[in-house]
Amino acid sequence: MPVVMKPLETYRDDFTFRNSPQAIARFPFPFPEDSYMYSVNLEPANGGASGSVFEHWFDIDEHYVSEMAERARVLERDPGRCLVMPHMAQAAWDSLEMLMEHLAADYPEHFELQRDGDRWTWINRPLGIEQHFTFGDPATLPCEPLEYITRQAQGDFAVLDQRDGDLFMDAGMVTCPADWSIKFDAGMSFKQWHAPVPLAPQMGVFDRALKYLLNIQVGQPVRRLNWTMTINPRLDTSSETFHEWGHERGLVTPENVARLVHLRVELQFMPRLPRSNALLFGIRTYLISLEELATNPAWACRLHRVLRDLPEVIADYKGLTLYRQTVVDWLSQFDPEVRAA
Amino acid sequence: MSALMEVRVCAVRQLTPVVREFTFEAAEGQLPGFSSGSHVQVLMPLGERTLRNAYSLLGDPADSTRYRIAVRLQDASRGGSRYLHERVAVGDRLQLSRPHNLFPLHSQASHHVLVAGGIGITPFMAYIAELQARGASFELHYAFRGRLTDAYVDELAERLGDRLHAYDSSAGQRLDLAALLAGQPLGTHLYACGPQRLLDGLREQARALGWPDGRVHWEAFAAPEPGLAFRVELARSGQRIEVPADLSLLEALEAAGVEVPNLCRGGVCGQCATRYLAGAVEHRDHYLDEAQRADSLMPCVSRGGCASALLLDL
Repeated sequence: MPVVMKPLETYRDDFTFRNSPQAIARFPFPFPEDSYMYSVNLEPANGGASGSVFEHWFDIDEHYVSEMAERARVLERDPGRCLVMPHMAQAAWDSLEMLMEHLAADYPEHFELQRDGDRWTWINRPLGIEQHFTFGDPATLPCEPLEYITRQAQGDFAVLDQRDGDLFMDAGMVTCPADWSIKFDAGMSFKQWHAPVPLAPQMGVFDRALKYLLNIQVGQPVRRLNWTMTINPRLDTSSETFHEWGHERGLVTPENVARLVHLRVELQFMPRLPRSNALLFGIRTYLISLEELATNPAWACRLHRVLRDLPEVIADYKGLTLYRQTVVDWLSQFDPEVRAA
Repeated sequence: MSALMEVRVCAVRQLTPVVREFTFEAAEGQLPGFSSGSHVQVLMPLGERTLRNAYSLLGDPADSTRYRIAVRLQDASRGGSRYLHERVAVGDRLQLSRPHNLFPLHSQASHHVLVAGGIGITPFMAYIAELQARGASFELHYAFRGRLTDAYVDELAERLGDRLHAYDSSAGQRLDLAALLAGQPLGTHLYACGPQRLLDGLREQARALGWPDGRVHWEAFAAPEPGLAFRVELARSGQRIEVPADLSLLEALEAAGVEVPNLCRGGVCGQCATRYLAGAVEHRDHYLDEAQRADSLMPCVSRGGCASALLLDL
């Protein structure tokens, strides 16, 4: 099914981002049951149903052009959102190869890759790019290779060096993080960058997850879903720009809650980079307003129960505390148990 | 379980009287890329059973069209190395696992010291291609028996010049481990692959000289040693399996259709660790600590006793 891209929308200022009914239908709703607790919810990423967000390794959707424009805007203000430590140069090329190969194979109407030895031609039709370059020679690209390819792929990407039985955040392109910062986490180990997460460390979640990730094999990626909530369809909720968006949590009222509050879901996708042995950590973010989400009443009902019963420490960590009750109240109209009471 | 790939043997070379080199290309499509230090499992159909031996990929990782391995004919071969030496020819097809790396280069090393014993040279062939391409600082110490286990020594001498230090035991040359380690600058990482006594000697010297464990990396030969026959019983399915003397427990489980996740098949990666509920265990792995051994074993190398059946939590 060919992806039809929408005209330019914004993720800031006037926030014109909206999901089409097709985008809502394929939204990766993250809750398999009526309550939520941390777990090692990693699973083999062996593809998924046609048209679903799981179908391809790197999902491209109707927001592609807008999301890439938003990334360019963030990088213009803050080039430090893309980081590649010197020892990660090979992993950057590895990432470029993997992304180009998969995008070209999975979306031939939009992307094309021609390889003649190390002389490559890359065509990106939605962004109007035709690039001739020499694989392995950064001087033949307009910018560093990880930056080059992730300016053309939706979602954030961390590239993790594997050493000493651990993973280190030594490279990445992070312009749409859910309240974290690649600059703050640069060089940190797996447990260091997860240190702020409550409850999960004591549950042994990170010990088991790390062990699992270290053993990911070439060609056998894994995935998981993570979630939080965001006010407005704002992609760039990074620590660096907290002063621009943090206060918006106080703006939620019963009147605007359905349009202002968004469920934010990350489809995390982790393939082994074959040449460098680094681990690519893709964080593909999907936003949906409560109003859009409630067009599927089963989702609205379940989200009501999840948020109502969410442990306080998790709500605090996810930054929901200020407006959680307003959201729960609004969602309660979709819960038959509440209506019956 | 790891997806398998089909390859065609496109070249075979006898490198020494006991070392034979095989080059593979994809039977269809492309081979996945690999990083230096990676290995593949080669599946060998031996009558009713399938042996899976792990071999280091020794080609240049930059060449993604071919894989190369070198196989030493083992005196006490359980059939794997003999099969490859005597039965496999150009044009044959084989099944391989995807490459996996349990012996990677360390990104933070300022100098790399590689120590190979005999056929342990194989992972370093890929290392050297990688290190040379990066312009990294390294030296290779290669101990072998001349005209028997000296695979690639001429090629290496040509490529490495004085970065190669060769020790031919048939000429009475010995590698002095203490001298080798004592002279290394801070930031050096040591990588060793070879027989167990070489690895033990290096680790002992490194520890004596105060090297942090994290700067000493090693890969043991992965073939499981044979033992005595024993019986296992699977607690969940009630299945009973006889493990013959020349098969590992993992292989016997696989032959019985029981899949256990595994990577190295040599007792180091920990992937196949399995709980047991009763029975005597002869632990032969390098992964589990004493506490873990009380209820877990690694079936790729460890075996049960012959007196009573081993009860596995499978």
